[in-house]
Amino acid sequence: MRRDHALLALREHVRDGDIVVAVYQACFDWLALSDHDLTYVATGAMGQAVSHGLGLALACPDRRVLVFDGDGSLLMNLGALVTVAGARVSNLHHFVFANGTYEVNGAHPLPGDGPVDFAAMALAAGYASAETFSDLDALRSDLPAWIERPGPTMATLRVVPGEAYPRRYDFIHSAEARTRFRNALASSRP
Amino acid sequence: MSMGFPHPDGGAILDAIAAANISEIVALPDIVTSDGLLWPISSDERFRLTRICKEDEGISICGAMSYTGRRALLMMQQTGLMDSLNALRAIGVDYGLPICMLVGLQGKEPELLPERSASYGVRIVQPVLEAMSIVHDLIEGPEDVERITPALQAAYAQSRPVCLLVGRAPRAPGET
Repeated sequence: MRRDHALLALREHVRDGDIVVAVYQACFDWLALSDHDLTYVATGAMGQAVSHGLGLALACPDRRVLVFDGDGSLLMNLGALVTVAGARVSNLHHFVFANGTYEVNGAHPLPGDGPVDFAAMALAAGYASAETFSDLDALRSDLPAWIERPGPTMATLRVVPGEAYPRRYDFIHSAEARTRFRNALASSRP
Repeated sequence: MSMGFPHPDGGAILDAIAAANISEIVALPDIVTSDGLLWPISSDERFRLTRICKEDEGISICGAMSYTGRRALLMMQQTGLMDSLNALRAIGVDYGLPICMLVGLQGKEPELLPERSASYGVRIVQPVLEAMSIVHDLIEGPEDVERITPALQAAYAQSRPVCLLVGRAPRAPGET
């Protein structure tokens, strides 16, 4: 399943009032494929996507928070799975784009011996639901019901790179990105 | 409690935090602030306590909350502060977000200032914060508590981090 195709499938289900937290290549792809104003890109440090998502989910209980994480990124912050589960945030939906590599840092392989079962980790940590998708048709078919489940949920998406979208580091770390999100949050309804 | 060196009152510190309109506490336990602050917070209805597994999670949670108008305080030990410097650098300093921190100085002698401590881990905290241009203050005695509310308010007003270092264990409610 190509990552950009998976994102296009997800895009169909993102509502105007939803917050999207996106990191690294999934973020760069999302920025190319979507003009969703409530996209939070300023996560600062690797591994922190779902922690930012948790802060937003706790502070904005009337909004859904969709986190587009990476597998290498999440491996830097696995304890966050327990924190998220403990916070019982029913509005947080965690999507892990698992490509098995540190794609933006030279595409080196993740440590370990084969694919990591993040869904099993999420369930063991206490997430309400978790599942792995490897097939685009299955993802498209299951997403409408999946995204309505009470969180915290995790969907691990086993992906390969799609089109090579520009890596907009300057934008994700810019004051413009933060201001855009802040203004969108203030002006939009959940 | 150490003899001869006055410790701050935990209840007064909590009042000072609440007076800055902070309602979210994000924390890992720290032995300096455990009895006087974190246990009381866990049953104080003015605050929602989110327990985290690692300190840099807290930097991110507090940073994200700042966009929403909800005010948060991250509590941890100085070891956790050192462990989360990259997140603090990016989210607090580069992004200019009001990351408010209350940090227990574990191992600091009550009678000594941090820079005089025998503990290397304690001695380096203030120089590291200064190298990062992070505003900090030392909360040791009862007279220091009055600086907490203005320090937290200033961090939000100026959208930048602040680190309050707790050098002596606050007294728990009812403790003399």
